[in-house]
Amino acid sequence: MNNESTNSLSHAEIENDLIKNIHWSTKSKIWISTLLVAFAVCLYFYVTQLIHGLGVTGLHDYASWGIYISNFVFFVAVSLVGMLISSILGLANVTWIKPISRIAEIIAVSFALVAGLVIITDMGRPDRLLNIFIHGRVQSPIVWDIAVVSTYVFVSLLLLYVPLIPDFALIGKKLTGLPKFQLKIYKVLSLGWADKPEQFIIIKKLIKILLVIIIPVAIAIHTVTSWLFALTLRPGWDSSIFGPYFVSGAFVAGAAALVIALYFYRKHYGLEKYITDEHFNLMGKVLVLVSLVYIYFNLNEVLVPGFKPGTAAGAHIQELLVGHEATLYWIVQIFGLAIPFFLLLIPMFRKPIPITIISLAIFVGAWFKRFLIVVPSQLEPYLPIQNVPEKFYQYSPTTAEIAITVGSFVLVLIIMTLISKVIPLIPIWEMKEESK
Amino acid sequence: MDREKSNKNTRRDFIKKLGIVGAGTATVATVYFDKNDLKAQKNGKKIKVLTTDKKVVEVDASDIVPVNTEVETDKMQHRGRVGLVGKKFAMVIDLAKCKNARKCMHSCQAVHQLKPEQHHINVLEMEDEVNGATYFMPKPCMHCDEPQCVSVCPVGATFKRQDGLVLIDNEMCIGCRFCIAACPYSARSFNWTDPKDAEKYKDVPYDIELNVPQKLGTVTKCAFSADRLREDKLPYCVSACPNGVFYFGDSNEDFVTNGTTKKTVRLSKLLKNNSAYTLLAELGTKPNVFYLPPNRENK
Ligand code: SF4
Repeated sequence: MNNESTNSLSHAEIENDLIKNIHWSTKSKIWISTLLVAFAVCLYFYVTQLIHGLGVTGLHDYASWGIYISNFVFFVAVSLVGMLISSILGLANVTWIKPISRIAEIIAVSFALVAGLVIITDMGRPDRLLNIFIHGRVQSPIVWDIAVVSTYVFVSLLLLYVPLIPDFALIGKKLTGLPKFQLKIYKVLSLGWADKPEQFIIIKKLIKILLVIIIPVAIAIHTVTSWLFALTLRPGWDSSIFGPYFVSGAFVAGAAALVIALYFYRKHYGLEKYITDEHFNLMGKVLVLVSLVYIYFNLNEVLVPGFKPGTAAGAHIQELLVGHEATLYWIVQIFGLAIPFFLLLIPMFRKPIPITIISLAIFVGAWFKRFLIVVPSQLEPYLPIQNVPEKFYQYSPTTAEIAITVGSFVLVLIIMTLISKVIPLIPIWEMKEESK
Repeated sequence: MDREKSNKNTRRDFIKKLGIVGAGTATVATVYFDKNDLKAQKNGKKIKVLTTDKKVVEVDASDIVPVNTEVETDKMQHRGRVGLVGKKFAMVIDLAKCKNARKCMHSCQAVHQLKPEQHHINVLEMEDEVNGATYFMPKPCMHCDEPQCVSVCPVGATFKRQDGLVLIDNEMCIGCRFCIAACPYSARSFNWTDPKDAEKYKDVPYDIELNVPQKLGTVTKCAFSADRLREDKLPYCVSACPNGVFYFGDSNEDFVTNGTTKKTVRLSKLLKNNSAYTLLAELGTKPNVFYLPPNRENK
C-alpha cells in the first residue's frame, strides 16, 4: 500500500517539508521553557527525597513498591512500541509505517531512557547505584532487567540513528544557517554519506539486522520486568502468564502513546501530507488488534484464579473485582480498555481527533492498570498486618511522590521536544524513495 | 530498658574503638589482638575496661591503642558473612504458652534501635479459619533454607550463612526493597526515614551481626541475634520471654534450650511429639522456625 499523497511530491518539496522542524520558533521556545520550569519544580521534590530519604513518599513496609515502580513498568511498556511498529510491522513489509516508524523509535528511546531514571528514584540508596555493577548477582531478576533495558536502549538508539545517517548528510547541506558546532555534529554523524547506491544497500541491510535483533530484546525487557513480580510467591503476582500478559499490555499502551505523539507532532510541524488521516485509521486498527490480545490475557489472568476462590490467588482476584480496589479496577477496564476497543471498531472514531482522545484514555488507563498490578498484592500479605500505624493498611502517594512521577513525564516531553528540534521526524530518504 | 541498652552499646563500642583485648575473650577478641601493642613499655598505670563479651578487666593503660573503625567494620563484616562453622540454628515457638506479653518484641526493638512500627519479631493475633481458635503468634524471620529474599537481592546485601542465618548487610543494601516484596512472611522492615537515634550512633562502626546502627534507606530484619549466638548465648527475644514460649538451639546437635526455664530438650523429639509445623509450608521456603500448635488440650 503506497502513500498516495507522498507519491505526487517532488524531492525538493519533501526535503523542505521535513527539515523545517529543525528550527526554534517562539512558540516552541515558550513550550520548552514551560517544560523546564515544571521539571525544575519536580526536581526540587526529588532533592527533598534525596535529603530525607524515601520517607517523603507514602510508601511503608506493607506497600514498599508504589507509584515509582508502577511508573517504571509503564515506561518500559510504552517503549515497546518501537519494536511493534518498526520490527513487527516493518519486517512484514507493511509500507505505511515508514513515515511513522521514526516517531515510534523516538518514543521507544525516550521512555526507555527515562525508565532507567525512574527506577533510580525508587532506590533507598541511589548513592550505592554502582553496587549493582560491582556486586551484581546474576541470580537476581533486577540485574537481568538492568542488562536487558540497557541493551534495549542501545539497540533502539542505533535503530534511531542508522536510518538518520542519510538525513544527517542532507541537513548538513541544506541548513547551512545552523550554528557551526551543530553542523559539525551532523557532519560527523553522517559518516561521510554520499547517497551512493552501495551505501543504500549497506544501510538497508544494517537496519534489517537491527530490526531483527530488537525483537527478542524488546520482548525480554518487558518479560523480565513482569518477572520482578511473577518470580515472587505473592498471590496476584505469582502467575505464569505474566510475561505475555505484560507484553500484550505494553503494545496497547505503546500504540496509544504513538497515536498521541503523531497527533501533536503532525499538528505542530504541519506534517499532514506525510502523516495522513489514513495513518490514524490504520493505527486505530492496530490498537483494536493489540487490545483484543490484551483483553484475552486479562480474561485468563482473572478467570483462572477467580475460579478457585479458596486459594490466595483467588482471594486476590476477588479483592480486585468486588473488594477494595474494585472501583479503580472497573474504571480502568471499562474506560481504559473496553469502551476504547468498541469505539475504535467504528471508522468514525479512527479519525485523528477522536482517536487521539481515545488513546489518551487508554494511556491513562494503562498507567493505572500498572498501579493495580503493583500495589494491591502487597497490601494483602499472607500474614495479617498488625502492630503498625493505621496508614500501613492503605497506600496513598504523597505530593512529593506524585511530583517526581509527573517529572518523569515532563522529562519525556523535554526529550521528545529536543529531538524534534534536531532531526527530521520522518525519514526523508525513505519518503523520497516512495515518491520515485 | 531502652536507655540501659543503648548505654551498653556505646560503652561497648567505645571499647571496641580502643581496640582492647580483654582476658578470656579468646574466641571473639583475638580478631582484634595485636602483639606489638603488648610489647610496648608498661608504665604501670592500670585501668578498668569492658571487653566485647561484657566482662570488666584491668589492663595497663599503655596497651590502649585506637583501632581504625573501618578495619573494625571490615572484620565484623567478614566474620558476619562466614557465620559459626558447624552450626545450624533453629527456633521453636510454643504457641500454647504465648500470653501476648510482648517482651520479645520490646527487647528486640530496644537492642536493634527500631522504631515502634519496625518489627524484627512481631506478635500477631491469629484466628484459625477452620476451628475459630484464637491465639498469639510471635513471628520472627523464618531464616528459610530457600530464602526468597536472598534469591532476589541484586547485590547480595542479604545473604544466607552456613549456620542457617539470613542476615542483611546495610553497608551494601541499595534499598531496592525487592526482598520486602519477595518475603511471604512480611519479615522485613525498611528505614524509610532517619533511623531512631541516628545522630547518636552516627560514628559507631556497623556491626552486621547485631545489625546496628540502622541506616537510612536500607532494609533491616531479624538476625536470630547473631551477635549473641557468637557468644554462645540465646537470642534477645528468646531470653526476654517470661512464659517459656521460645526454644532455641542447634539442629545439628539436635538440642534446643528453653529461653525461660533454660531446660534443654531434644529438638526432633519436641517437634515430633507436639506435631510441630512451619508457616506457609506449602510455599516451599523451608523455614528454620517451628511452631508447636496453640490451645493443646493436654497442656
Ligand atoms: S533492599 Fe537491600 S537487601 Fe533487599 S533486595 Fe534490595 S539490596 Fe538486597
